[in-house]
Amino acid sequence: MKKFLLSFLCVLSGLLFGALILKLSGISPIEAYKVMWNGAFSRPSYIAYIIIRSTPLILTGLSVAFAFRTGLFNIGSEGQFIMGALSAAYFGYMFHFNPWIQIPLVLGLSVLISALYGGLAGFMKARFGVHEVISTIMLNWIALYFSNFMVNLEGFHKANTETTEFIQPASSITLLENWKSSVAGMSWFSRHEFLNEFFRPPVNAGIFLAIIAVVIVWIILTKTSFGFKLKAVGLSPEAARYAGINVKKKMTQSMMIAGGLSGLAGATHVMGVAKNIAILAAHEGYGFDGIAVSLIGSNTPFGSLIAGFFLGTLKYSGQKIQSALEAPSEVIGIMIGAIIFFIAIPVVFERFLKIWEKK
Amino acid sequence: MKDLIFLFSTTLMYATPLIFTALGGVLSEKTGVINIGLEGMMTMGAFTASLVALKFNNPWLGLLAGGLGGFSLALLHALACIKYKANQVVSGMAINFLGSGFAIFLCRLFFDGTSMTPPLDLEKKVPVFMGQYSTVYVAFIATAFIWFILSRTVLGLRMISAGEHPKSTDSAGLNVSIYKSIGVLSSGFLAGLGGASLSIAIVSNFRPTLISGQGFIAIAALIFGKWRPVQTALACLFFGFSQALVIFIGGREDIHISSQLLSILPYVLTIIVLVGFMGKTTAPSALGE
Repeated sequence: MKKFLLSFLCVLSGLLFGALILKLSGISPIEAYKVMWNGAFSRPSYIAYIIIRSTPLILTGLSVAFAFRTGLFNIGSEGQFIMGALSAAYFGYMFHFNPWIQIPLVLGLSVLISALYGGLAGFMKARFGVHEVISTIMLNWIALYFSNFMVNLEGFHKANTETTEFIQPASSITLLENWKSSVAGMSWFSRHEFLNEFFRPPVNAGIFLAIIAVVIVWIILTKTSFGFKLKAVGLSPEAARYAGINVKKKMTQSMMIAGGLSGLAGATHVMGVAKNIAILAAHEGYGFDGIAVSLIGSNTPFGSLIAGFFLGTLKYSGQKIQSALEAPSEVIGIMIGAIIFFIAIPVVFERFLKIWEKK
Repeated sequence: MKDLIFLFSTTLMYATPLIFTALGGVLSEKTGVINIGLEGMMTMGAFTASLVALKFNNPWLGLLAGGLGGFSLALLHALACIKYKANQVVSGMAINFLGSGFAIFLCRLFFDGTSMTPPLDLEKKVPVFMGQYSTVYVAFIATAFIWFILSRTVLGLRMISAGEHPKSTDSAGLNVSIYKSIGVLSSGFLAGLGGASLSIAIVSNFRPTLISGQGFIAIAALIFGKWRPVQTALACLFFGFSQALVIFIGGREDIHISSQLLSILPYVLTIIVLVGFMGKTTAPSALGE
């Protein structure tokens, strides 16, 4: 509860700091927040877009949070996301099964490959003492260039574009995709205005997978001896080793799970929203935003869920102040930075809370 | 011969921003403060440098402004890590978000809502001297200077002892916070110079994707260089060289290697070196505390 209150205070201070910055640059913060609020919740399609935007953030946040609990800093979420997205695009295009086999198969392979990719960093830390921050920074770039190489591959690359072929319809996890444009679907939707608009964006099953992942991670961390051991390693590797826990194995396993979660984020993004992948000039930031999500959610599964939605909302609605008020939407980045900065200095807020409690 | 000169000068060009930034990282980490915010400090420096170079028509003022841009973020990092005993990694991540956020935000305010600064004319860019941007020479002078400070002066010794044994440094009657602050603040200034050496030398404007991960490469370089200034600069040259190689081979009709696969090479090599030859870790013993 105290954790939650602290996070809440930090978020509030961050939003206030953003308001201050806007005010100083001659933009009315009240107007800006109004535009953001309406831009987030005033239409069903906006809400749908927020869910779509939040899904990968929840998963990468969960990935970072999970590794944090084992004392590992997973900067590699970015690269694991790319590996998941690449695998989903590749197998999703290459395989031709019916959806009931195709979707689990493509998802499973994507998660497996990114889990191995994440596990590599854990293994190198455990076996050779290579710091995971460095190895995952390298692995992020390797994933990016490898993905670009694959996009250019004959038979996968779409001619005259910077992208790959679209995945097979059987690999899609977008909800009601065909039904939306069928005669029956269109006539049904014409009678249900809210849902009609809600389902116009590519609403997909990714959000359910994300919520299931949150619950599973919560169960692992709080209800299993495996999770207990992971946390023991995170709190004190020395004590954990003394207690007979195989620390090296736990590090590798933890990074595998973290990698799989980030990969799931990439896979659901491709199978539900993008349907293909493109040449990347730079990292897209899903992994880095995941770090923000994890920190704001105080590295807990349900915290990541809430923080993922929060960040998704902020990022989606923040774009709108650019066109509506000509206010730089990067104020969102400043707010996120400020929130994390406040989270970094809990002493200040704890002092504040103490004074509050005394009253 | 012509090819060799091309490779050599391209290597130096691309290594320069990394050298500045990684040296900054060395100074910060030597005093015991992890600085994962180098990326954000570089971004800020790249913007302030191009802003000032444009407005005052002077690249040297621009370079200074770049340093100060990074410095301003380092102030926050120092405040959080040294005064409020923050989690240094978390604070560094915050700096990264703040750096790119503020840089692009200010850019839009100053330049009619665009996220790129207008290109600098050639005469407003850092001047070229003997075929290289002057910043290249500054980077090498900085390397020598920092080596000298760290290994030959009392100040350097005290900075290192603040990072290795803060408690005994304190018992010796020295103010640990001051030495840590010197480390963190100079790292911000140097990272800002690193960003500036991109935006007002290698290219001629600031844009959001300009830095894209180079601050993190600089961190890798400093670990590669075992936290020593000269070795770190060499590691940066290695990254610069591999980038030059990619450009060189990409421009040749007669060599058919995927440039994407080639781009992977430096990162794979780094991992191999870290796995195979790194040996025991040599990080400052009180790093992160």
